[in-house]
Amino acid sequence: MAYPYVHEREVRMISRNFGDPAARTLDGYRERGGYRGLERAFEIGPAAVIDEVKASGLRGRGGAGFPTGLKWSFMPKAGVKPHYLLCNADESEPGTFKDRELIRWDPHQLIEGCLIAAYAMGSRHAYIYLRGEFFEASQVMARAVEEAYERGFAGRRILGSENDIEVTVHVGAGAYICGEETGLMNSLEGRRGEPRVKPPFPAAVGVYSMPTTINNVETLAAVPHIVEHGGEWYRQWGTDKSPGTKLFCVSGHVEKPGNYELPLGFPMMELIEDVCGGVAEGRSLKSVIPGGSSVPLMDVEDCRECTLCYEGVEAAGSMLGCASVIVMDDRTNIVREVRRMVQFYAHESCGQCTPCREGTPWMTQVLRRIEAGRGTESDLDTLLDMSAQMTGTTICVLSDSAAAPVVSSIEKFRDEYLALIHGGERVEVA
Amino acid sequence: MLTQDERNRIRAEAAHYDHPQAACVEALKIVQEHHRWVSDEHLKEIAALLDMSPEALDSVATFYNLIFRKPVGENVILLCDSVSCWIMGYEGIRAHLKEHLGVELGETTSDGKFTLLPMACLGTCDRGPAMMVGNELYRNLDNDKVDEILARYRHPSGA
Repeated sequence: MAYPYVHEREVRMISRNFGDPAARTLDGYRERGGYRGLERAFEIGPAAVIDEVKASGLRGRGGAGFPTGLKWSFMPKAGVKPHYLLCNADESEPGTFKDRELIRWDPHQLIEGCLIAAYAMGSRHAYIYLRGEFFEASQVMARAVEEAYERGFAGRRILGSENDIEVTVHVGAGAYICGEETGLMNSLEGRRGEPRVKPPFPAAVGVYSMPTTINNVETLAAVPHIVEHGGEWYRQWGTDKSPGTKLFCVSGHVEKPGNYELPLGFPMMELIEDVCGGVAEGRSLKSVIPGGSSVPLMDVEDCRECTLCYEGVEAAGSMLGCASVIVMDDRTNIVREVRRMVQFYAHESCGQCTPCREGTPWMTQVLRRIEAGRGTESDLDTLLDMSAQMTGTTICVLSDSAAAPVVSSIEKFRDEYLALIHGGERVEVA
Repeated sequence: MLTQDERNRIRAEAAHYDHPQAACVEALKIVQEHHRWVSDEHLKEIAALLDMSPEALDSVATFYNLIFRKPVGENVILLCDSVSCWIMGYEGIRAHLKEHLGVELGETTSDGKFTLLPMACLGTCDRGPAMMVGNELYRNLDNDKVDEILARYRHPSGA
């Protein structure tokens, strides 16, 4: 198999079926060991499933890294009120392309993960919210769900048990903010995808004001493996604080960009140089964004000692986020790329909160001015001042996300800003 | 007027949810399938079917990038303009598309064949620059590849 690129140092658990179209059918998935996690879940019962997931130390793969088992345990006991499980497949963080692959190569793995999660939390309805642009993925998913219903893996009396779980694929229509969990809930209800004020948290008041848990595709894809083999088994990979494997989406200036499933704690330079073949001949590494466009930029110094786990990237001054590693070599105009990212947030701001609605376009304007050689040094202070006022002041973190690349780039690549301000040209950084 | 088929499909979608409003984005997409965009008249009809006010539905329709409240061309081009595509040469592709089609971003060609829109990250960053034409995704674009793709949509017979 030559799924775009594979590497011997990968641990292919959730990505084991990438590049293997036969795994898309229910029979193909079963032949490859699929649905054994669901069978075991039904044997051991909901409480034991949550215990296994807690023991595994699995952390949410959508960016925040919150412990999954703990999140599940926040759900009230199943009772009169309906409970909902939402699978967040609205992958739209710039630089991220893992969920699309998990869905299009292995849809049943995701269905199995949803069923186990729903069962553990006493939810009888799981919604898979896919972004509108994922046309092919949504077709693959819809077919797989249909097949699961036909074969008794979804709907009433799953696998002959007493358990009923409906699975519905819901497709969005293009809005980054719907990836924010409360924005996603509003969107699912047929409203504008505007984030809600927390608290109340979704486990108490979620979709239709009912208890709701939202998990990322990659989180749910890991669940069948954990439940089948046990939480301790999962801990053989990764670090104490970041157990297991993670898909790393590497894009930008490397020879072999793509998805690689590696144990958490993998050294960043080995990912870039050994696994991805490094930057092109004759070029040198300039900056890396390790977790999608909403985390701080790193310079080469930061990268050298950085290990790719939640605590490792934090120690290096950034965040693992969804492990979307954007690599930039010495050709990159940092100011322009930062402006591009901020402009994205300006377009995708839902407009509820003033610091975000006003701050993101204003920042874009100031960055454009600097880019065009008409900036002043005081513009840098203005940008930092705005960033401070846009961080921690809004309903959701979109505004913080726009500020992160601005602050970090001024900190790490101030020379590039100054060169544009003073000379109207950028300097090459050795 | 919506066709009977459109009405039936919208009602079927609404049946998947506890509240009919949850199907409103899907309903807008069903109407777009045939009409390409959502007119005021269609908006009102959909709203009535789903127990919503036209204003509430319009506020939803205008929120989402893929719901069009103005006429668009036969083929909508969504050009990914997020960071990884920029790093990999987005600006050159954008310039080429604009020149080739003779339109700016947000405009429709005079023959009504194409509307060119910038789009938030398409999630295929390892193979940028990328764009979608209708529901098809195209990656690792260069100018020749763009020409070849557009020609296919101009002459669907494959001539």
